[in-house]
Amino acid sequence: MFKKIFTLISLVLIATFVLTACGPAAEEVTEPPVGEEVEAEEEEVVIEWWHISTKDPALSDWQKMADDFMAMHENVTINITVLENEAFKTKLNTDLQSGSVPDIFQSWGGSGLAEQAEAGLLLDISEYLDADGGAWRNSFAPGALAVFSVDGKNYGVPWDMGMVSCWYNKDLFDQAGIDAPPETWEEFLTDVQLLKDAGITPIALGEKDTWTGMHIWSYLVTRIGGEAAFNAAAYGSGSFADPAFVQAGEELMRLIEMEPFQPGFLGATHDEMQATFGNGEAAILIGGQWSPSVQAANSADGVGVANLGMFNFPAVEGGAGVVTDAMGGGNGFAVGKDAEPEAVEFVKYLTNVENQTIIAASGTGIPVVNGAEAGLTDPNMLLVQQGFAAAEYFQLYYDQILPPVLAGTINDATAKLYAQTATPEEVAQEIANVAAEQ
Amino acid sequence: MRHLNASKLNLQSDKSPTLRPRKKETLFIILFLLPALVLFLLFVIYPIFRSIFFSTFDWNGLGPATNNIGLGNYKKIFTDQVFLKSMLNVFIIIILSLGLQLPLALILSVLVGRDLPGRNLFRTMFFLPYVISEVNTAIMWTLLFNANPDRGLLNAVIVLLGFNPIGWLADSKIVLMSVFFVLTWKYFGFHMLLFLTGIQNIPLELEEAARIDGANGFQNFFFIILPLLSRTIRTSVYMSVLGSIQQFTIIWVMTGGGPVNASETMATYMYRYGIVRHQLGYGSAVAIIMFLFCLIFSLLYQRLTRKPDYLTGL
Repeated sequence: MFKKIFTLISLVLIATFVLTACGPAAEEVTEPPVGEEVEAEEEEVVIEWWHISTKDPALSDWQKMADDFMAMHENVTINITVLENEAFKTKLNTDLQSGSVPDIFQSWGGSGLAEQAEAGLLLDISEYLDADGGAWRNSFAPGALAVFSVDGKNYGVPWDMGMVSCWYNKDLFDQAGIDAPPETWEEFLTDVQLLKDAGITPIALGEKDTWTGMHIWSYLVTRIGGEAAFNAAAYGSGSFADPAFVQAGEELMRLIEMEPFQPGFLGATHDEMQATFGNGEAAILIGGQWSPSVQAANSADGVGVANLGMFNFPAVEGGAGVVTDAMGGGNGFAVGKDAEPEAVEFVKYLTNVENQTIIAASGTGIPVVNGAEAGLTDPNMLLVQQGFAAAEYFQLYYDQILPPVLAGTINDATAKLYAQTATPEEVAQEIANVAAEQ
Repeated sequence: MRHLNASKLNLQSDKSPTLRPRKKETLFIILFLLPALVLFLLFVIYPIFRSIFFSTFDWNGLGPATNNIGLGNYKKIFTDQVFLKSMLNVFIIIILSLGLQLPLALILSVLVGRDLPGRNLFRTMFFLPYVISEVNTAIMWTLLFNANPDRGLLNAVIVLLGFNPIGWLADSKIVLMSVFFVLTWKYFGFHMLLFLTGIQNIPLELEEAARIDGANGFQNFFFIILPLLSRTIRTSVYMSVLGSIQQFTIIWVMTGGGPVNASETMATYMYRYGIVRHQLGYGSAVAIIMFLFCLIFSLLYQRLTRKPDYLTGL
């Protein structure tokens, strides 16, 4: 009898280990503070702020802005939590599921923000944007602000917008005898071959973080199918198995079959990809506006590529998209549902022209507030800003504009192309099947 | 896992009928158990039933779950090639653990158990990996396994010996073996310690008697130590299998289940499809399936290993 009871208890204990990892936490619904908090002038306010700038200069810039704000408002305490990108996503998801929301936190807009807003976890800050005749709203570039709105309501604001482009090591290009960066996909493939012939690894990639490779595939879709193909698949009568998506996979396979990536790229992270490029071990890196600073930070000497250049992702002959169409996205701050007015005030402070100029000048981001682009001293950032400004069509990153289940599927499915375990048709069909269920 | 072991050891506790507590004592016992019981019900039993409940929903984890799809998640899981692949991987890890990791631990425990000079040093050395946290272990080995011979020690040695560098974590054909190597490195010390404790419980007289009768070292091992160690071995096998089914941290940090699901286990599958893709209902269903695997294994194992232990008669 005792033995049976103990057996039962031991089995239940096993269950604990299996299930505690994934059981949703008990729903503790923290009631938002009720009533207006206008009275009590010197009421103590604590602002929880999560950001993902783990490295200087951004790390100390943000700290200084918080310190300055606290000095101006004696009743305000700002608690900063700095998290690494992936750790942030995990921690935020876990916390949101338990209903606790930081007052201000890193956001990329798009569907992630929309999901959080629909679940009632965010604060609609439109009234703050529209106050004083829309002074705060009008300070932003409208396209950038729109990334953080859902059904016309803003739940956050951007502080940086950028795009993915091709960064290249000019010295290695010279060594391979390439005098001008490629403008078309065919030229790009030719240059990859020239680099290989010269004994240089053409492209750095970190496919353990599958989004790094997904960018190349989705850029090809943007070049081949343009705005129409994406909108049809995501919102219209089309599908992710349409010809543009399959053809993008086929073009990508042409590249992959040339074996242009560094050895072991399937097991490499995004940081290792940046390190490979930063150490001069590969000639091209296809990455966002953060690449110049991240490749330097991850390189062995901390300086990175001495002679860095940038070109737009090449156009595909006969494609509906043009070479100036940009794929990108940016960083912003979402405002949690329990945020006090002081927290919104702080977000406003963070995105004023002075602070945006600091962000621009230190190379942390590309400013989204009019007038702050004057701070852009880094020629690389200016290149991105110009590329961004010239874009007629702006494609927000697939993993931000699409819901997480579809984004996850696209990342995992395109990884199969790089590992050469599926055909372009199979990959497109897998994505289309998941999209059809949504 | 240690708790598991403890509760299993309780199984063997004294169950003499003469020790029946009086009524007042019973009341006290219940009173003292109450706080733990409440916590247990709240944080163990309740979440289990919540998971079962959520596993019948198509739910992204934000807001209330409204779209009940019955057993739809389960149907999808068992038709998903990736899940079947992760089940196969778990099976491979179990077989390798039982076939390589445990015998290795057993041999070492016999070596460092009694005769070896400097055995304390070796014991500490072999047990050390188990003390290091799983994430540290994973990061350390990820660095050692780096595909670039300029950065990864293993490949640096291989290149020095004149061979081509190996993509330990990048080659889908060998990634599972690389990960299994790390799992072995991490856990053999723990099983070695279990065996060591077991060996120390074997009376020296038995071995001495056998030796007087002319038994050599091998006979000593196969006819004295191995049979008398059977209960420890059973515990070890049990924990090794359950540990393999639940293996997450090391694999997630080292490979993320990749490249392309080559090192996916059920636990990483659960995380990828449940948490990363915001499908909490689907993830809950995977958790329930893992739970059932553990449950069925435990029941079968209890039944199959009823044979009493030589030493204790249990």
